[in-house]
Amino acid sequence: MWWFSNNSLGRRLLLQLLLVAAVLSALLYLAVRSVANQAAIAAHDNILGASATAIAEQLSAGEDGVLVDIPYSAFSMLGSISEDRVFYRLYSDNQTITGYEQLPLPRAMHTATPFYYNAEFRDAAVRAVALTRAITVADAPVQVTVVVAQTRTGHDVITSKVTNTAAGLGVAFFIVAGFLSWLATRSTVKPLHVVAGAIGRRGAHDLRALKSPIPSELKPLVDALNGFIARLREALHRNETFLAEAAHHVRTPLATVRTQAEIALRQAETPASRKTLRSVIRAVDESSRSATQLLDHAMITYRADQFAGEQFDLSALLYEVIQGLSATADLKDIELITDIAEGLICAGDRVLIECALHNLIDNAIKYSADEGEVEIKLESTGEVIVFCVCDRGRGIQASAAGALTERFIRGANVADVVGSGLGLTIVEHVASVHNGSFTLTARRGGGACASLQL
Amino acid sequence: MRVIAALTVLCVMTWGFTSARVYGFEKESEAVFEAADNQREILSILSNTDLDHIEPLINAYQRQHPGTTVLYTVASSLELFRAIHDEAADYDVVISSAMDLQMKLVNDGFAQQHRSAVVDNLPVWSKWGNSLFAFTQEPAVLLVSRKGLGELSIPENRNELIALLRDNPEKFKGRVGTYDIRTSGAGYLFATQDSRQSDAFWRLAEVIGSTSPRLYCCSSDMIEALKSGEIVFAYNVVGSYASAVLEKSDDGTIAPLTDYQIFMLRTAFIPRTSAKASLAGTFIDFLADAANRELIGEKVGLPPVDGHALQKHQHFRPISLGPGLLVFLDRIKRERFISEWADAILQP
Repeated sequence: MWWFSNNSLGRRLLLQLLLVAAVLSALLYLAVRSVANQAAIAAHDNILGASATAIAEQLSAGEDGVLVDIPYSAFSMLGSISEDRVFYRLYSDNQTITGYEQLPLPRAMHTATPFYYNAEFRDAAVRAVALTRAITVADAPVQVTVVVAQTRTGHDVITSKVTNTAAGLGVAFFIVAGFLSWLATRSTVKPLHVVAGAIGRRGAHDLRALKSPIPSELKPLVDALNGFIARLREALHRNETFLAEAAHHVRTPLATVRTQAEIALRQAETPASRKTLRSVIRAVDESSRSATQLLDHAMITYRADQFAGEQFDLSALLYEVIQGLSATADLKDIELITDIAEGLICAGDRVLIECALHNLIDNAIKYSADEGEVEIKLESTGEVIVFCVCDRGRGIQASAAGALTERFIRGANVADVVGSGLGLTIVEHVASVHNGSFTLTARRGGGACASLQL
Repeated sequence: MRVIAALTVLCVMTWGFTSARVYGFEKESEAVFEAADNQREILSILSNTDLDHIEPLINAYQRQHPGTTVLYTVASSLELFRAIHDEAADYDVVISSAMDLQMKLVNDGFAQQHRSAVVDNLPVWSKWGNSLFAFTQEPAVLLVSRKGLGELSIPENRNELIALLRDNPEKFKGRVGTYDIRTSGAGYLFATQDSRQSDAFWRLAEVIGSTSPRLYCCSSDMIEALKSGEIVFAYNVVGSYASAVLEKSDDGTIAPLTDYQIFMLRTAFIPRTSAKASLAGTFIDFLADAANRELIGEKVGLPPVDGHALQKHQHFRPISLGPGLLVFLDRIKRERFISEWADAILQP
């Protein structure tokens, strides 16, 4: 059945509770019906018994045998409980004294106490009572049995009423129990949803242990989950450390190689060897830059994990970054046009933001033609601080804008420029750590604008 | 609507040979009320109610059901009981004023149930087991001839009647009439119910017995005897018959007994043997319908069931439908009662 194949704990619990409620409802129905039925039968029997007793008390000895003066009340009392047909029979010495001759007698005869039994008479089910009295006729005791019977229509009416009431009770009980089961199931399953929600809402790099309060049954699961998260974090951390180590170990010898290559270039005599040495220097630059950015990336990942916000002057930081890059810009005769709002205070990780700003301006300089212009803008619009860098470089292709922030992905049109494909990934990462956003848009008239909102 | 008394030929014509069974019970008269339209159905009724009384009722019924021919058979209440109980006679509706016999027929399973909006609205006391339905309430009354009484005043209760009879034995010798309960079902019912109401009944029986009373089979004979001056008192006459006849006479009158007044209910049921239960049901509904009570009261001359009238007067004692009525039909009880009655009434 489909609902059992569904692996929902809540549904399983609800079904089981409903099953229990259904069983209890059925038991309630049966119990109420049986008790009420017995009560109805007992009440009915009492009146039948009273009627038979009243007749038996009027038995007397006559000259020709037993006489009986049936009291009016003996039958009218039966008429008072229901409009059921009444039959009676007085029986003694194997013959009927008076009444209905075919009315069935009980199997056990000669009981002084009323004996109740069910029988069939004239195509109707009847409830009958029999009792026996001894009468002395002509000095000899005679056993006289009085039988009074009544059809069961009234009883059936009561039974059907009772059955309806019992069924109503059962259904009502089931509905109430079902509703309570649903509530209970919901509240039982709720902590699971809480835990799932707590994990689901986390950012991509949030690897802290779960600390929300949980029921004891869920503790092993959450403990296991936390252990797993810890191992994952450790593995990631080791990975980043390894990368940083590797990058560091690569960069230092590269610096030596580059210096040696430059010396060799100066001393080179043939254009062919110069060309070779230049391409060596270029390859070394590229490797060095990659190593630096790998280091940056590892650092950023690490710092993002250990994110600790602080207040600092973003404007001053930006000036410092521009200062540091002005030499590079001068080299290509690129004019840096700045429009910087003064004294903007920013809450966040200073090192991360510095890195992001550096990457963006560096990119802009790198992809600009010689003697170009780079516009740098920093402004605050209410809550949000917007940093914008625009160049007149080769721009970006619209289709690739999203992919550029992936690791090691570079634009299709930048093969001749040194780059690792990590720069924008770092920026994007920094933006997300600060709950900000990063957009890269093509600029009208050529070039691109990078915008960082914090 | 024509009433045709010579029935045999018509019976054969309408019923055909097959269904014309010959019964052993004694019929008093038969009548055919032909359908006004094309006859579609035949409703056969067995009743102890006189044709004179029932005719306007059947005419009214046929105005509502013009396609129904009504066959109406009159028999005494005991013969009627025998027809249904012993012979399973084929009738669609049985009407009788003998409540105890009707009750016994229903109790013994000779009736079928009938449910409809009309009978569901009947007060509980006027029906029993969805089988037996009352449509009139008729008092048992004391008729008095003013001329016969002479100077004496009309008695107001049974004790006064006893005193009157006891004080004037010569004057009333042979001039008191009552039912012969050995042959009259209604007389037996009235007498047994009387005996339940008051001890005065047996004293009254003794006193009546001392006047060498005349015994009658039916109310109509008693009324005739009173009109002709044969008797001065007629005890336990069906009041509805009496009032219709006495309206035209300035001699006979109904003595309003204030100690108690027994009311019998004229009842109807559908016999188990009837194959036309739904047609019979329309007739039962017609009798029980509150809208027809005025008709029953004024045109038919039978007082319709009226719970308010019974409640208003403390001394009105309607005989209630129920198994209690079976008690006096018990063989031993009946023999005993009749022998005691005979001891009181038939004095040498």
